[in-house]
Amino acid sequence: MDVIETDIAIVGAGGAGLRAAIAAAEADPTLSVTLLSKVYPMRSHTVAAEGGAAGVAKAEDSLDNHFNDTVSGGDWLCDQDAVDFFVAQAPKELVRTEHWGCPWSRTPDGKVAVRPFGGMKIERTWYAADKTGFHLLHTLFQTSMKYPSVKRMDEVYTTDLLIEDGRIAGVLAHEIRSGKPMVILARSVIICTGGAGRVFPFTTNGAIKTGDGMAMAFRAGVPLKDMEFVQYHPTGLPGTGILISEAARGEGGILVNKDGYRYLQDYGMGPPDPWPRKKAMELGPRDRLSQAFWQEQQKGRCIDSKWGDVMHLDLRHLGEAKIAERLPFIRDLAKAYVGVDVVNAPIPVRPVVHYTMGGIHTDITAATPVPGLYAAGECACVSINGANRLGSNSLTELLVFGAVAGRNAAAHARGVPMPSRTNALAQADGHRKRVVDLLERSKGTESVVGLRTALNDTMETGCGIYRTEDSLRATVDTLATLRQRFANVAIDDKSGVYNTDLTGAIELGNMIEIGECMALSALQRTESRGSHQRLDHPARDDGAFLKHSMAHRVEGEPPRVDYRDVVITRSQPAERVYGGEAK
Amino acid sequence: MSRKPYEPTLPNTWWLEKPFYIRYMLREFTSFFVGAYVAILIVGLWQLSQGPDAWGSFLGVLSHPASVVFHVLAFVFATFHTVTWFALTPRTTPIMRGDHFVPPGPIIGAQYAVWAVASIVVLVAVLW
Amino acid sequence: MSDDTTFTLEVLRYNPESDDVPRAEKFTVPYQEDWVVLDALNWVKDNVDGSLTYRWSCHMAVCGSCGMMINNEPTLSCKAFLRDYLKDGTGTITVGALKNFPIEKDLVIVMDSFMEKLEAVKPWIIRSTEKPLDEGTFTQLPKQLKRFKRHTMCINCLLCYAACPQVGLNPGFIGPAALALAHRYNLDTRDQGKDLRKDVTASEDGVWECTFVSACSEVCPKDVEPAGAIQEQKIESSIDWALDHLIPGRKAR
Repeated sequence: MDVIETDIAIVGAGGAGLRAAIAAAEADPTLSVTLLSKVYPMRSHTVAAEGGAAGVAKAEDSLDNHFNDTVSGGDWLCDQDAVDFFVAQAPKELVRTEHWGCPWSRTPDGKVAVRPFGGMKIERTWYAADKTGFHLLHTLFQTSMKYPSVKRMDEVYTTDLLIEDGRIAGVLAHEIRSGKPMVILARSVIICTGGAGRVFPFTTNGAIKTGDGMAMAFRAGVPLKDMEFVQYHPTGLPGTGILISEAARGEGGILVNKDGYRYLQDYGMGPPDPWPRKKAMELGPRDRLSQAFWQEQQKGRCIDSKWGDVMHLDLRHLGEAKIAERLPFIRDLAKAYVGVDVVNAPIPVRPVVHYTMGGIHTDITAATPVPGLYAAGECACVSINGANRLGSNSLTELLVFGAVAGRNAAAHARGVPMPSRTNALAQADGHRKRVVDLLERSKGTESVVGLRTALNDTMETGCGIYRTEDSLRATVDTLATLRQRFANVAIDDKSGVYNTDLTGAIELGNMIEIGECMALSALQRTESRGSHQRLDHPARDDGAFLKHSMAHRVEGEPPRVDYRDVVITRSQPAERVYGGEAK
Repeated sequence: MSRKPYEPTLPNTWWLEKPFYIRYMLREFTSFFVGAYVAILIVGLWQLSQGPDAWGSFLGVLSHPASVVFHVLAFVFATFHTVTWFALTPRTTPIMRGDHFVPPGPIIGAQYAVWAVASIVVLVAVLW
Repeated sequence: MSDDTTFTLEVLRYNPESDDVPRAEKFTVPYQEDWVVLDALNWVKDNVDGSLTYRWSCHMAVCGSCGMMINNEPTLSCKAFLRDYLKDGTGTITVGALKNFPIEKDLVIVMDSFMEKLEAVKPWIIRSTEKPLDEGTFTQLPKQLKRFKRHTMCINCLLCYAACPQVGLNPGFIGPAALALAHRYNLDTRDQGKDLRKDVTASEDGVWECTFVSACSEVCPKDVEPAGAIQEQKIESSIDWALDHLIPGRKAR
């Protein structure tokens, strides 16, 4: 097997991975940085983010405000030292992207414009029309090309981490187009592989969001934190799940049920007027809005459409000029995929899975418990998002913690020797066998699509917006069965060249393990907090559960979940207040 | 089990595949006539500089039926070329006025206006 | 039409391990009113032949992965609605790999050449003097942003390269997307690197390889207007050439 030696290996070339690569290259241009991605960087799912990136900008705003909005938005499950660090770094990271050419939308006097966003007291969301993720990703990708120490290996699929004496030693990967396996020996490794929305059937997430990095870290003994917290974005297009940005509501859009009634006022987010108003009504936090949909659905007040139950997102009152300037992409998407011109008609929307708050356990330095192994972005859980992420915090998170991971990985790499080739190869051979088995198994009783559908179904049914003991237990049991059935999966494509059947099967295996972490963590958390809502335990229980869930892998068994205290510094858990009460 | 990328080649008949490409090739074809006309014009200027006899023989060649046919075609193609050229200008020279791009209409219209004025000047000079 | 309506998806397959040349294979696929060609491909891969190979991810025309020839036109398969290609849900749709690129397998092309061309135009902000972070952001007026905004919209889907006959005839041609991106940076008020890009953009493989066929702008799903960007650069390049020859010492700068 080929062996490549590098100082820092980064798995995933989306916003976080690219930012980490740039940070590492700037910290020490003599270190070699190898950026591995299973897709070309511009295909990374950062590209689909729309609304914006939060960072204190206005004179009347403050870091304290951003801190408080984030901590309360996260239902006090955020580690407050990390949030303090995050909000302080946010503005300068955003300025950096502007210096790198990101085409931020401007005020008439040429400053960067900011827009209101869900759960935020004062507007601080920097935006590039309604394609902020696209512009940020391309800016970072293009900027990364100017650093000669960053070497990209595109369409290389990383399958396993290699560990030596409890420290990171590198990764095992294979080149997708030739099937050729390789060991990348590295002093530091940063995982930036994104979230795992594809575990669910209706999601804004693209095909590649299969949680590969989370699963890799999990298999290497790193706990996955807060996995039960899965965010449903309140406004996705029915059918495709395509994201309709929160920006539509930030600019003044409203949500109405079948009676044309702005129903959010019934769920603690009113009064409806004056409008628009920060932290009220449609600018409430995402978990509350998605939960309101479910409640309305139980009361039979959703609009019946050919795709099932939907609500209407009405932008007509914004006028064509504003829509053309601030929301052109939304207009295009609605027209193409649901045949609606938002200038003339309301958009059918429903909650869809969007973001994984949980992920690889890291501390405030982006370090995992394994020395030399770092993680940043959606795949990581620091945690700054707690039980519910505020919109526009995650694009900024990529920048802040991507940079932190890059710098710290560089510092670490300078202080350790290159790991041993022989140990790494021996380990890699073991892991590689798993992949080869999948490839060569000629007859199996299970298909990838069959298991994937079963996975999606059980997650949606048992581990959705509202959960119960029974529903979760059933899902946990089903997932354990799926994990065992996966051993009998066979694929059609036996080729070594560009085998997407194989990568699809490996991704499925990853997703089953992640689903188990999500469902089991949800089953054990007998309270409701943020995006984790239990019909049988509707109240928040700070006494027992002001803690992070930590899911640990147990070979051949469901994960074991234990707990870790949340870092509380200056904001004691209180009631989350939105609507008229919010000031 | 290895890679073997298939290298396609564009056949010489690539332009026959789509009306879009055929129209492009026609446009390029008209340039030949425009270029030839310019060459004839230059030859004419040269002949003029060589005195009345040279000029006379040049005019004689011009009145040949084949030459007349060529010139009619050249006029038609030059017009086509000019019209398509004018239509493309808003894309090749975008102009901003205040916060917005000047719409195509005024840019294209301005060129027709200049063409009209230039034609009138030449006509007047010829008739005088 | 009934729930059993089906249509024919004719895919140009290529397996490097068993084929010498691409060959057409037909699939009978159920018709759904909301489906795009990508959904049909996914159905075939899930239900008929798992070895059908293609790139895709976002399914919302922003990642640029899923470009392919659909009925011989370069198109994003996630935005190619079946209902626009079929009458009453029946008929045939042909799908093949993007033109003008080597085919790796089935609908997957080798795009190494494009990645090199992208990097060659130095698509990043180049400054003679870096702006300190604590000075905050550059001032850029809305009209200054608007000037180059259009050319920032490229998703690198390569439809323009598939449409451009010059790319097909001259593989060294830098091409529409890369040249449009160079222009985007040249126009950005924060950039000072125009001179450094000229070696590549104003070369024979750069803008001068273009003959303004304009098929690129025609097929671009994001209205990036690469053809216009290239012609603008030709005009600049010509003026440059003239001034270099009229003003002594200019070229040395």
